[in-house]
This record gives sequence, C-alpha cells and structure tokens, in this order.
Amino acid sequence: MTETPLLRVKDISKFYGKRIGCRNVSFDLWPGEVLAIVGESGSGKTTLLNCLSTRLMPTTGSIEYHMRDGQYRELFHMNEAERRFLMRTDWGFVHQNPADGLRMTVSAGANVGERLMAVGDRHYGNIRATAIDWLGRVEINADRIDDQPRAFSGGMRQRLQIARNLVTSPRLVFMDEPTGGLDVSVQARLLDLVRGLVQDLGLSAIVVTHDLAVARLLSHRMMVMKDGNVIEHGLTDRVLDDPHEPYTQLLVSSILQV
Amino acid sequence: MATPLVVSEVFKSFVMHLRDGIRLPVVADVSFSVASGECVVLGGPSGIGKSSLLKMTYGNYAVDGGQILVVHKDSIVDLATADPRTVIDVRRHTMGYVSQFLRTVPRVSAIDVVAEPLTARGESATVARERAAELLSRLNLPKELWQLPPATFSGGEQQRVNIARGFITDHAILLLDEPTASLDARNRAVVVELIEAKKKAGVALLGIFHDDEVREAVADRILDVSAFSPRKALAAADA
Repeated sequence: MTETPLLRVKDISKFYGKRIGCRNVSFDLWPGEVLAIVGESGSGKTTLLNCLSTRLMPTTGSIEYHMRDGQYRELFHMNEAERRFLMRTDWGFVHQNPADGLRMTVSAGANVGERLMAVGDRHYGNIRATAIDWLGRVEINADRIDDQPRAFSGGMRQRLQIARNLVTSPRLVFMDEPTGGLDVSVQARLLDLVRGLVQDLGLSAIVVTHDLAVARLLSHRMMVMKDGNVIEHGLTDRVLDDPHEPYTQLLVSSILQV
Repeated sequence: MATPLVVSEVFKSFVMHLRDGIRLPVVADVSFSVASGECVVLGGPSGIGKSSLLKMTYGNYAVDGGQILVVHKDSIVDLATADPRTVIDVRRHTMGYVSQFLRTVPRVSAIDVVAEPLTARGESATVARERAAELLSRLNLPKELWQLPPATFSGGEQQRVNIARGFITDHAILLLDEPTASLDARNRAVVVELIEAKKKAGVALLGIFHDDEVREAVADRILDVSAFSPRKALAAADA
C-alpha cells in the first residue's frame, strides 16, 4: 500500500449566489482507488466533480495534488498554464457527452495523437502507432483511424474519448456519467473496458454516476450526495448492502431488479 | 495455535428509515474466535443473523459496536473501524469470501472470474488461469463453459465458479456462505475435500452450511448464533 494520497480535498464548498452547489466536502483519494459519487439530479455531484477537476472555482476549501515529483501542490495556487498542463497530461476527463471531450471534425487518430503531442511527442510514425494501439485497446478497428468521430456511433465515440484521455498514462481520471445515454449492451462493454483499464494501469478515478450498478462495478468507495451535502461515505459494498441514511436506503431500495 | 480472526462484543441492528425508522436488532454481544486450521460453523434457524454476522466479518455490513480483529500482514486490524482502503487490502491478501450467489460482471469469462483474485495480487495471468483451470475441472465444470461469462449459467454452475474463485487464493481466513446450497452430491463431496485441504493448510474457516451431511463432515465446532439473539435476551429479561 502506498502511504501518500494522490489527492487531498479539504472543505470544498461551492455556492451559486445563495444556492448551494456542494458543501464542506473533504476526502483523500489514494493511488489506484476508484471513488464513485452518486446522487440524484441536482444533488451537486457534477458541481463537486467540476471543482475537483479545477474546471470550476470553489467558493472555499483546498485541494492538494501529489505531483509526479513527489511534491504536493495546491491546485488553486497554480497558474492557469500549470493547471492546463496537468489536465492535458497527468489527468483525464471523460465527459458524459463525447462531443464535449472530442474534436468532432478531426480524425480519430488525431484525437488520440493530440494529447501525445501535448506531452512533447513529435514523431508522426510513433504517434500513429500509439494511436492504433489505443484504438485497439478500446476495441475500435484500426481501419477507422482516419474517420472523424462524427461518423462513429455513440458507444464508439465514448470509447474514443476514453482512449484520448488514457493515452498519456494519466494518474487521475474524472468521469461524468460515462455510461449515460448508452444502451445496456454498449454500457456493459464500456464498463468492462473501463474496469479492465483501471485495473491494468493502476490509475485513480473519480466517477460521477446516478447508476448504482455502475458504482458497484467500478468503485471501491462511494459518496452519496443530497442537496449539496455528502450524506454517506464508505466502502462501496458497505454503503450498498447496509445503507444507513434514509435517502441512501431509498436509493438502494429503488433499484430495479432484472 | 495462531488465531487469525477474533470477534469481540459485536452488536448490530438495522434501522429501517423507510418504515418509520423502526430498529431491528440482529445480534448482541457476539464474541468468538477462529483458530488456524479450524472450521467454525454458524448454526441456528433462518433469520437469526448468521449471514449478517458473516457480512460484518467481511465488512459488507457495518457494526454498531465491538471489534472484528484480523491478523493482516503481521499486524492486527480492527475491521469494525478500518477505513475502506484497509478493508480492501485485507480482502485482497488475508480474507476470502464465497458468497451465496455469484455477482457476475458482464463480458468476463468464467475462467477469468476465478483467476481474478490471483491477478489482483500481482500473479501473472497465465499462472492464475492455470490454477483456475485446475479448480474448475476439479469442480466438474464443463470445459466448454470456461470461456463464457457466467451470467447465463445455471445456479449450480455459477456456484461452482464462485467456489473456485473463493478457494483459488491462500488467504489465511476464508468465509463461506452456504457454498454447497445448489450443488449435487458429487460436487458437494469435492467442496468437502477442498475445505479439508484448506484446514490442513492452516486456514481459519467460518461458514454457514444448511446441509447436515456437509456440516458434519467439515465442522470442528458449531457456534449457535441464537445465543446472541437480542430477542432472546429481551425475552429472558421479561420472564
């Protein structure tokens, strides 16, 4: 077990005027750990994810990240260029809608290659070979490398987005409803893929989802949010098998059994 | 003799918020221990809290009070208060669990489901699959099924996958929740042999067996869970 957390989150709150986005959220995320944030629409889970990934400035609180050089840096004390570099290299962000995370009018290969160029890769042959390798890992045929994502199905676009994010070997990936809007067989394929990649690459992830089955399958630990507050937090099995809070019990008892 | 699992003064109740917050007491003041090479069987009628006790030991259920102590990597961990990361590490290296039903993962083949606890500990996929194949053939699972995801298997086939997955590691503690419930006599006998082998290897086993024959064959000691029933304690106080 590695003894230092990757991310140290303390008292993150975000207010939209008088309305609460999320309030006083604190946790540590460890290397190799997958954290699921669950809750209904409007519970603040996406606000929290956006604060954690610095896409949104929290009203209060601090987030420290364990850099590759072993130092902790406070994310909001970094300058914009440093933060952008971190997001392009050491982090990934998988959006619910692939169109938000992909460049729809350049080829699939370029979508993957662009992140490699951001970390300094310049050799065209290498970039293309790596892109083909990654397309294979997300089960996209190599002969689609020159096609634009516009020509891809929803499931393929989502897999391409994952390849684009993972190609730089990030240590931390944020996912916002990665399976939302996909039909169940495509969902299962994507979940299995994400699960395998997380395991093989040993990366840490924070996954926002309203689907408890997704949380069960992917995460080690989960946080349940309601009205901007984290109301229950613990081992995923424990929260789902023995929910304590009234809202969590309602959520768990509302799952449809197949 | 080493004692890798000690349960001490454990209390548990469920609060059902969807039913006006009624409190259902499950067990009270549970204390016992399991030694290396010993198989302790939880006994008592249905609904008395046997499965709950097993789930608390594995960390799926929280406890209201008391300690669940396991020897993990040469130190003692209290699972009642351990953080999620520690519980996961204990499950990976120290404590295995064969649940009553297999929770299937879409698209993962039976053989990889079985091999996973080994690969999760850093064993190579080849070695892990070899071990998985040995166990699956020992449990008479037809070879044609090995490469298929177990979601469409029969109850007995799924349970054998589940057993193989639980027995593949050399965990020092193994929890068994009715591992033989949907097996035929031949495969029940295989499970009894596997349990005997674990005992010889010094594993501490804690299990629930409704099948009398299997229970007779494997149990060193039967722990009557109804002794910990809070309802019984209440009844005694009233009398």
